[in-house]
Amino acid sequence: MNGRLALALALAAFNAASSQAQSGLVPYQVVGDAIPRSLTGAPGDPARGRAIVTRREYTCLLCHSGPFPEERFQGNLATDMRGAGARWTPGELRLRLVDATRLNPATIMPPFYRADGLNRVGPAWRGKPILTAEQIEDVVAFLSTLRD
Amino acid sequence: MNPRALRLRPALILAIASAAAFAVALARAEIPLEQRRSSYADMSRDNKAMQDDDTSNPGMLSVLDGEALWSEKAGAANRACADCHGDAKSGMKGVAARHPAFDARLGRPVNLDQRINICRSERQQAAPFALESKDMLAMSAFVAHQSRGEPIAPPDDPRLAPHREAGRAQYNARQGQLNLSCGQCHDDNWGKSLAGNTVPQAHPTGYPIYRLEWQSLGSLQRRLRNCMIGMRAETYPYGALEYVNMELYLMWRARGMKLETPGVRP
Ligand code: HEC
Ligand code: HEC
Repeated sequence: MNGRLALALALAAFNAASSQAQSGLVPYQVVGDAIPRSLTGAPGDPARGRAIVTRREYTCLLCHSGPFPEERFQGNLATDMRGAGARWTPGELRLRLVDATRLNPATIMPPFYRADGLNRVGPAWRGKPILTAEQIEDVVAFLSTLRD
Repeated sequence: MNPRALRLRPALILAIASAAAFAVALARAEIPLEQRRSSYADMSRDNKAMQDDDTSNPGMLSVLDGEALWSEKAGAANRACADCHGDAKSGMKGVAARHPAFDARLGRPVNLDQRINICRSERQQAAPFALESKDMLAMSAFVAHQSRGEPIAPPDDPRLAPHREAGRAQYNARQGQLNLSCGQCHDDNWGKSLAGNTVPQAHPTGYPIYRLEWQSLGSLQRRLRNCMIGMRAETYPYGALEYVNMELYLMWRARGMKLETPGVRP
């Protein structure tokens, strides 16, 4: 990567962080491929996280499957969530949930904690992230328990 | 390097940069023509049987309603569709397969429902049908049914091209809170399970369809609206040019595929 491009990318990341603050979202810092620090400053609750992951309105099981024997309808557009906590650190899971497009610009995984740079969002959802900072932490805590 | 080449460089850089941006936007490939399939193929045996048997296809009730409307005199002109067009079996065959079409007077493409409403207001001097109303759907189901089995044949009209391309751009653009494009599901992930629903290739072969989930007939625009709400995107009012542009692109994508109207879908 040439120097100017690296600088442009760094600036873009900086702008993203500052516009996050503008849209009322908690600012966060990306280090490598992770967001090491909790968005709320506190650990999440895995039981609440499981409830979020399995609720249809939060969309996870549209695309993913996982260890949820009670859920009849699970998707296969993406990986099975089993073992996610062994594959990724909590910080890596956090970045993948917050904004997976930062790692793979072409991904279909929605950015769950981003409210800007989106196109034609319906009025009911405009200006809001899909999940709150607390909910992101709950899901991170739950996924971290999926060790095998 | 000579000065002339130097002068070209910024343009060249821009070209490379925009080509790269394009590559991200259009990374997916269109489905090869021979791999295209109607989502009829994904349906259960029971649902296929329901579509195939005219006595059990609920959409046929609307076709019959449309047939009655076809020969009913209406409006200040006191004229029926049949008075101008005669027998729909011959006169309307293939019409649905070549809509949307360009309307020179309006200077824009119109879909089949809008075309029907132009006849209502101009030839019959009657109130246009409300889009998605029972009568509108009955009439368009009846007209489109005359093309059942006909290959989709988008008109080769250069005035449609910019509209079709606008539709293609919308189809490939990420939108809504979920930040998805139509193509990410329908080109890249067709055949997979979205929480138990098979993702279809999104070919507009059966419209208007009888959807079991709706318990009624609905237009292609209603189906597009459903997907847009699923993506948490802002919808358009029925009849909007944006929807017609998308219809144009979907019909082009499905060119040569056979119409099934009235289709049944889960
Ligand atoms: C529209 C599809 C879609 C939805 C909805 C979705 N994901 Fe994903 N997810 C993906 C895809 C595809 C990947 C693979 C990463 C990539 O594309 O770069 C992925 C990756 C992941 C990963 C990392 C890969 C791994 O090891 O499993 C985790 C964890 C994850 N998703 C969790 C979630 C959770 C939790 C939710 C809901 C809050 C969710 N996803 C919603 C499509 C989706
Ligand atoms: C997250 C996945 C997803 C996205 C994004 C999506 N769709 Fe769909 N679409 C589906 C599924 C699944 C169905 C099948 C019906 C159902 O289960 O709701 C469908 C059905 C359709 C159909 C009906 C096909 C038939 O056989 O009758 C059309 C047409 C269509 N979509 C077009 C679009 C367009 C245009 C867009 C973008 C504005 C879009 N879809 C976005 C998942 C998606």
